[in-house]
Amino acid sequence: MKRLQTDVVVIGGGSTGIGVLRDCAMRGYRTILLDRADLAQGTSGRFHGLLHSGGRYVVSDPESATECASENAILTRIQPEAVERTGGLFVVTDKDDPQFGDRFLAGAAVTGVPAEEITVAQALAREPRLNPAIQRAFAVQDGTVDGWQIAWTATASARQYGGQALTYHEVTQVHHDGSQVTGVTATDLKTGETVSIDCHFVLNCAGPWAGRITHMAGLPPVAVVPGRGIMVAMSHRLVNTVINRCIYPADGDIIVPIHTVCVIGTTDHKVTDPDHLEIPRQEVQQMLDAGEDLIPGFRQARAVHAWAGARPLIKDDRVAASDTRHMSRGMAVIDHSTRDGVHGMLTIGGGKLTTYRLMAEHIVDAMEEQLGTPHPCRTAEEICPGNEAGHNYLITHRLKQREADRMESPIICECELVNRSMLVQLLTEQPQASFDDLRRQLRIGMGPCQGGFCTSRVAGIAHEQQVIDEARATGLLKLFLEHRWIGLWPILNGDQVRQTALDNWIMEGTLDIAHLPSPDDVEPDPLAPMSPDPRTTDPTSTTSPSPDPTANPEVSSRSTTTTNRRARGTRAASKETK
Amino acid sequence: MFESTSHEHNLLARASLDQCVKCTICETQCPVMAVTPAFSGPKFVGPQAERYRHGESVDHSLDYCSSCGTCTLVCPQGVKIAELNSVARAAMKKDHMPLRDQLISRTIMMGAVMRPVAPIANAVLANGAARWMIEKVVGVHRKAAMPTAHTRTFASWWKKHTPAQSATAGKVVFFHGCAGQYFEVETSIKAVEVLEHLGYEVVVPPQGCCGLPLQSNGIFDTARGYVKTLAERLNIADDVPIITAAGSCAGMLKHEAHEIMGVDDPAVLRVGGRTREISEFLLDLADRGKLPLDFSPINLEVVYHVPCQVKGQGMGKPALELLRLIPGLTVVDSDATCCGIAGTYGLKKEKYDVGQAVGKPLFDKVRDVNPKLAVCDTETCRWQIAAATGAKVVHPVWLLHQAYGLS
Repeated sequence: MKRLQTDVVVIGGGSTGIGVLRDCAMRGYRTILLDRADLAQGTSGRFHGLLHSGGRYVVSDPESATECASENAILTRIQPEAVERTGGLFVVTDKDDPQFGDRFLAGAAVTGVPAEEITVAQALAREPRLNPAIQRAFAVQDGTVDGWQIAWTATASARQYGGQALTYHEVTQVHHDGSQVTGVTATDLKTGETVSIDCHFVLNCAGPWAGRITHMAGLPPVAVVPGRGIMVAMSHRLVNTVINRCIYPADGDIIVPIHTVCVIGTTDHKVTDPDHLEIPRQEVQQMLDAGEDLIPGFRQARAVHAWAGARPLIKDDRVAASDTRHMSRGMAVIDHSTRDGVHGMLTIGGGKLTTYRLMAEHIVDAMEEQLGTPHPCRTAEEICPGNEAGHNYLITHRLKQREADRMESPIICECELVNRSMLVQLLTEQPQASFDDLRRQLRIGMGPCQGGFCTSRVAGIAHEQQVIDEARATGLLKLFLEHRWIGLWPILNGDQVRQTALDNWIMEGTLDIAHLPSPDDVEPDPLAPMSPDPRTTDPTSTTSPSPDPTANPEVSSRSTTTTNRRARGTRAASKETK
Repeated sequence: MFESTSHEHNLLARASLDQCVKCTICETQCPVMAVTPAFSGPKFVGPQAERYRHGESVDHSLDYCSSCGTCTLVCPQGVKIAELNSVARAAMKKDHMPLRDQLISRTIMMGAVMRPVAPIANAVLANGAARWMIEKVVGVHRKAAMPTAHTRTFASWWKKHTPAQSATAGKVVFFHGCAGQYFEVETSIKAVEVLEHLGYEVVVPPQGCCGLPLQSNGIFDTARGYVKTLAERLNIADDVPIITAAGSCAGMLKHEAHEIMGVDDPAVLRVGGRTREISEFLLDLADRGKLPLDFSPINLEVVYHVPCQVKGQGMGKPALELLRLIPGLTVVDSDATCCGIAGTYGLKKEKYDVGQAVGKPLFDKVRDVNPKLAVCDTETCRWQIAAATGAKVVHPVWLLHQAYGLS
């Protein structure tokens, strides 16, 4: 057993937890973050990649709109490599009320969200595939953001201040003496070792899984109501600008060009278990129909992958109104000292990736208020490591890089232009990585062929580099493809069927993959029968695909009051913060 | 000066990238990829790289594509690979189009300038020192095949021409192309005489360049203007077939203007639908039993090479089948993908060696089978094969002309 001492333990390595880790470390606290899986593998890895301009909220949630506008500018500055400044359009289709555009412009003026009406002809010149029947168009400063890059570079920043992030560490116990938190026990899922951490503050940032953590702590139940949303990625960018439908927030109202794909999202359904998120076919159809309204021919384009994410909504009647004073409208903080008489623990619900830094600032402020040791927050000023050049992402980046090094290093993943040296370097740094871990960092297997051509190359190179033996190589190969399949089944239609058939012939026909050696414990993974209780397993669940284009939470973010409105079943309210 | 392409012209080809399953068949057939590592191959520069483009082409090596179109032809999934690449190349070159590419794309200008001084022009082009200068200054390789200028144009022949017999089979428009006007005058004349021999009333409206060399060099805006003007001139009536002996120019009218440059002009589409390469037209007559087969024997064995841009029209190898109707004539299919010239590609000093390597299997076959005579439908390919092998290379209509006793 390993024993560690620290000031603060952060539970949950999504964007919120990572933002909190960075903020705590920068304010001088010894801080350890624990996640049972990889960073940003849950909700923060399962959104559509929108960096909000605030336009989505100018009518429904003015305060969030203003926050998004300012945080958009901050993230674009402190983590520029993760952000592409695509710009966005809000379009009124022929099925929508053109009057809503007036409310949109008025709301934008009030909230300080830059928005400008342009002519339909200008919109069509900018995006030729847009529905020519649109009635009005407004240009905003939406961008796209890679949630994984946000997570890694913020974590790298935290590490510079002594912060530690321990991935594949599953929390098993939260200890307190009845009035004060004393520590956390976790299991290192890669080695099986028990890790005991003494601390005097726990920040529960487990999102949709936050209720399990409070349950572990023996505290009165916190009602987490995960809101499932599905997304569908199309094989190339049909548009290069974020396209929003100019209506009150609803299902399928946005198309986001992120990296090489474009993603349509999303839906919102209350679920009970965030480890088992369905991707219902009727919701896929609903998304494709919604895409057709914005881009005629959308249904004929090639869908390559679908996935579901869970919004981390918390519904808690025991929260006193005073507990919300540090909150933005987009989140809920439960202070267990006032609620349950246990000091040193806060549980956070809600949030969206665009405002992850501001949320973290509010949470750490709340912690410091309880501790009585205030420090200024500096996370908005400091550039995260690896972003010093200040260049925002451009779609052409990888093509330009491969043009420069194409003679030196062969390409391994043809869809996402990953070359051999990129792979070997990461394998050297992270010999224990699963292929999904590599994927989140390199984008291997995320393009149209969905791993059909690159995965066997990755397995071969990892083995040749003596990073893994034969059994682990083939085991990881199978596991990776099983995970890809989760996101393929719901969209198998049209062009992707031909690809999948070819991939299957390669894997089954030439490699006989079903009969390759594969150790049961190749990777801590919920697909393996090692963990009978899904509540104790990895969030890459059996029914939700591994996360795709990037990370994050389009999600959730609901204050207590919003959540209550939602509970009353108001359709509009349930969509309010999407 | 060259506004060239904007992103929207690319939509048709771009949408087709969804059909790529990465099978790599295009790479196995790409003649350029087979001979040089400088080209990343059609799958890479086409459906893969296109996902990373947004009106800008940062992968400059795509210019090693010869635009032969073999990739599109062989793709079993229907991806417009060559078209994607042509559009990307146009975007890449739009702000810095080399002077050389502007010059060699203007066939009419070359023809018009060289014709009055044909003996001098031919002497200059045969002069090693002059060619060295041209390579240094303009960038056309010193050994690259150049057309031979003639003092007579097709138009000057046509002006004095009267048909040998009266027309009985209806009207056809003859599209001679720039080379057929200035450099390949004999081919144009033989084509007209064969058509008239078959009873057609041949009409030759004034006409200009189809824009193909401009298109293949990425100068789209000018090329679009050329093809539209040409189509208007050729479109004399809706039911008159347009026959040409310029095989690659036929491809421009039939599909390239629309598929590569996004031209939706009604005249271009109407003309494209009625354009027939002369062998295609005659084989169709033969298939319907309407082609007189009273050929005199030609006792020869020759290699026939079908040019990439004729293959790209998706009509098989009509000339091969047609020539095999001539008694005594043994026609050997070159079975070569490309001769390496690909329009103007093989002329360029940086591409010359690639072009020669691409054409080598073809050149070897010509030398083996008949080093004196070979047959090919398009002019730049004929010049390339002739320069490399020393053989005389003629359009298929030359042999038909002879077999009908017209020469």
